[in-house]
Amino acid sequence: MTPQTTTDAPVIQAKHLDLTFQTNDGPVHALKDVSLDIPKGSFVSFIGPSGCGKTTFLRCIAGLETPTGGTLTVNGMTPDEARRARAYGYVFQAAGLYPWRTIGRNVALPLEIMGYSKTEQAERVAKVLDLVELSGFDKKFPWQLSGGMQQRASIARALAFDADILLMDEPFGALDEIVRDRLNEEVLRLWARTEKTIGFVTHSIPEAVYLSTHIVVMSPRPGRITDVIHSPLPKERPLDIRDTPEFIEIAHRVREGLRAGYLE
Amino acid sequence: MTQVLSALLIWAAGFALNVKLANGPAHDTAATRTAIPVIFGITILLMWELLVRGLGVPTVILPPPSLIAETFAANLGTLWQDFTQTILKGALSGYLIGILAAFGTALLVDRYDFLKRGLLPIGNFMAALPIVGTAPILVMWFGFGWQSKAAVVVLMVYFPMLVNTVAGLQDTTAMQRDLMHTYAATWWQSMVKLRLPAALPFIFNGLKISTTLALIGAIVAEFFGSPTQGLGFRISTSIGALDLGMVWAAILVSALAGTAFYGLMTALERRMTFWHASHRK
Amino acid sequence: MKKVLPVLTLVLGLIALWYVAAIPMNIKEVLTQAERDGATITPASAQERRDLSNLSLVLQNPGQIGQSWSTKRPILPAPHRVVAELYDSTIHEELTGRRGIVRSGTLSNRSLIYHGLVTLSATALGFAIGATLGIALAIGIVHSRVMDMSVMPWAIISQTIPIVALAPMIIVVLYSIGVQGLLPKAIISAYLSFFPVVVGMVKGLRSPDHMQMDLMRTYNAGQTTVLSKLRLPSSVPYLFASLKIAIAASLVGAIVGELPVQKGGLGARMLAGSYYGQMEQIWAALFMAAALAATLVWAISAAERATLKKMGMAQ
Repeated sequence: MTPQTTTDAPVIQAKHLDLTFQTNDGPVHALKDVSLDIPKGSFVSFIGPSGCGKTTFLRCIAGLETPTGGTLTVNGMTPDEARRARAYGYVFQAAGLYPWRTIGRNVALPLEIMGYSKTEQAERVAKVLDLVELSGFDKKFPWQLSGGMQQRASIARALAFDADILLMDEPFGALDEIVRDRLNEEVLRLWARTEKTIGFVTHSIPEAVYLSTHIVVMSPRPGRITDVIHSPLPKERPLDIRDTPEFIEIAHRVREGLRAGYLE
Repeated sequence: MTQVLSALLIWAAGFALNVKLANGPAHDTAATRTAIPVIFGITILLMWELLVRGLGVPTVILPPPSLIAETFAANLGTLWQDFTQTILKGALSGYLIGILAAFGTALLVDRYDFLKRGLLPIGNFMAALPIVGTAPILVMWFGFGWQSKAAVVVLMVYFPMLVNTVAGLQDTTAMQRDLMHTYAATWWQSMVKLRLPAALPFIFNGLKISTTLALIGAIVAEFFGSPTQGLGFRISTSIGALDLGMVWAAILVSALAGTAFYGLMTALERRMTFWHASHRK
Repeated sequence: MKKVLPVLTLVLGLIALWYVAAIPMNIKEVLTQAERDGATITPASAQERRDLSNLSLVLQNPGQIGQSWSTKRPILPAPHRVVAELYDSTIHEELTGRRGIVRSGTLSNRSLIYHGLVTLSATALGFAIGATLGIALAIGIVHSRVMDMSVMPWAIISQTIPIVALAPMIIVVLYSIGVQGLLPKAIISAYLSFFPVVVGMVKGLRSPDHMQMDLMRTYNAGQTTVLSKLRLPSSVPYLFASLKIAIAASLVGAIVGELPVQKGGLGARMLAGSYYGQMEQIWAALFMAAALAATLVWAISAAERATLKKMGMAQ
C-alpha cells in the first residue's frame, strides 16, 4: 500500500487513520484505516467517487478536520502544529477570492496575516503572479476576471508564502475542459520549477494520470485506499502524452481500481 | 372653474408626455429615468396648486404649494434652528451612539456563542416592537432638551443595527473561513480581513434603515415635550395655531433631511461596497 | 431548545439589572417620602440631598433600598410594579371596577383592554387599507412602464422620510372637517403600511427569472395568466416579509395618531401618563403596545408559515 519511498523521510505520513462523523442517521465512516506515506517532492493525486473520503483526507492533512483515530504527521508535526507553522498552501474547489480586494491584494492576504513587510509583500506578489502568468492583472478585481484566471490567482495566493506543501482540492472541477487542460500544464510546470510536494484531489482520471507521480485510488463506505499506483511517466509531460500507450495503460489501471472498489 | 379645468389638462399633458417618454426609443437612458419622476412630481404639484385654488379649499385644510414655499422661504431662520435642534443635536448624536453601541454588541455577540443564541432572538423581537413608545419615559428621565431625543433615537436604531450587523458577520462561506484557518489567522485578523468587509452590505442596510428611524424617534419624542424649538415642536404648535403653511414647511424640512441623510448613506455604501454583486457595472 | 437557556439567562439578567437600576433612580423620591414619614436619613435636608449624586445617597441610606421598589411615585418602577399595574388596569379593572365589563356590561374606559382594542382596531383597519392599496399599486407598477418610472422613485424616496411627522396634522385637519374616531388614525396607519408593501410586492412580482417568464411565453399566456400562475405565487414570500414590516409601522402610526386628540388608545394613555407623571401607567401602556406588536407580527408569521406550507414552499 505504501508508494515506493525515496531515500528521504516522508513529508506526510498517515498510519491507520480513522475519521467517523456522528450524524442523525448513525455514524458515518468517512475514513477507515488509511495509511499512506507521501515522499518529498512527489505529486500525489487522490481519486475516487464522491463519499470516498478524498477531500476529507486532504482536510485532515490541513488540520481542517480532526481524525478520530490513528496518527498523521506533516513535516514531522501534528497537522494542527503544521497549520500554525504555515507549512502548506491550500487551494479550494472555488477560487474564493475576496471581491473587495484587487488580485494583487488578494494574493497579499496571507502575507499580511503572517506579518511580512510591505516591500517583501510586493516582491512576492509580483513573483507568484508571474509564476501563474497573471502579471499585469494585479490591479483588477476578481469579478473582472474569467473563472480560469480567478483560479490561477487563488493558486498564486497559496504559493505566496512559499510553503513547501501545496494541497489542492478539486481546484479545476468547475472549469471547462479546454481551460482545465491549460491549467494542468501550468501546474506541472509550476511543480517542476518549485519542487513542492503536492496533494491533489480530483475525480477526473486523465487529470490524475497526467499530473501525478502517485495516484491514490479510494472507494467509499467506508472511505479507504484501495490502490496506490506509481506512475512510470517521465517528469516532462507534454499534453499529447495522453495518447501514448503508457498513459492509456495507467488510466486503465486506475479505472479498474475504481471499479473494484465499487464491486466489493 | 378654469383652474380646475387647467389642472385636469395639465394632468393629461403630463401623463401623455410620460407615456411618450416611457415607451419612446430613449426610455432606458439615465436622462429619461430622471425626467419621468420629475415630470410626475411637477404635475402633482401644479394640480395641487390649481385644485386648491380652483375649488377654494381652505388653507387650514390644505395649503397650496406656493404658500408652503413662501412660508418656508420667510422662516428660514426658525426652520434652521429647528433643524439644528431636532436633526443635528437629537437625531444625529443618538444615531451615532446607537450605531456604535450596536456595533460593539454585535462584535461581542459574534465572539461569544452564548450571547449569540441568547441576544439574537431578543434583538429580533425588540426590532419589531413600537420602541417609539419609550419616548414619554425617556423625556421624563432626560428632560425636554435634545438629550432625551437622542436617548429615544439610540433605542430605536440599536436593535435593527444589531440584528443586521450580526447577520452580516455570519455571512461568510465555510470555504472563506477555512482559508483563514489554513493561514492560522487570529480571531481579530479574520474579523478585520474577512468578516467585516463581507458584512459591509448588511451593515449599510442597517445604517440606511436607521436613518429614517432616527428622524422618526427625534420628531415623535418632541411631541412628548421639548424646548421651544425643534421640528416636532414646530409641527405640534403650528397645528394648534392652525398655521398649516408652517406645519407643511416643517414637514418639508424633515423630508429633505431624511432624504439627504439616506442619500449620504447610499453614496457611502456605493463607495465602500462597489465590489458587491448589486453594485457592479 | 438550544436557545431557551441563553435567552432565559439574558432576560433574567435584564430584570435583575432593572431592579438594581431602580435603586439609585428612585432614591430621591424615596428619601423625601421617608423624611415626611419621620425616618432619620442622611443628609437630613432636601437642600443638601439635591447636590449629592444618587449613588452616594444610596450608600448613605442603605436602609431605604427596599423602599425604591415599592415607592408610590417612582422614576423607574420596579418590574413587579409594572406587572401589578398591568393586572390592575386590565383584569382587575374589568372584573371588579365600577365601569368594568362585569358590572357595567361594557369595557371600562380606564382599562388597558379597552385602550388596546381602540389602538388595535385602528391598526387593523389601516393595515388592511394600506396593504390592499399597496398590492394593487404594485401590480399596476409591474404592468405599466409609465407607472413604474413615474411612481416607483417616489415610493422609494418616501421610505426615507419620517412620514409619521404628518400624523398630528392629518388628525387635526380631519377633525376640523368633522371626521374623527377610528378613520383618521387608520388613514395614518394605512399610509405608513402602504409603501413597504408597494416596494416589497414589486420586488416579489418581479422575482420570476427569465427562464420562468420565457416558459409562460412559450405557452402564449396572457398577462392575467402570468400574474395568477407565476407572478403572484412567487411574490408570496416577499409579500409576507413586507407585511411584517407594515403591521409594525401601522401600529406605530395608530399610537402616534392618538397623541393629538385624547380620545382613547394606548398613545393617549402614554401621553396622559406623561402629563401627570404616572410612570407606572406609561410602562403598562408600553408593555401592552409591545404585547400587541408581538401578537400581530406573530400572527402574520403564523399565516406565512401556513401559506408557504400549503404552497409547498416551506423549507
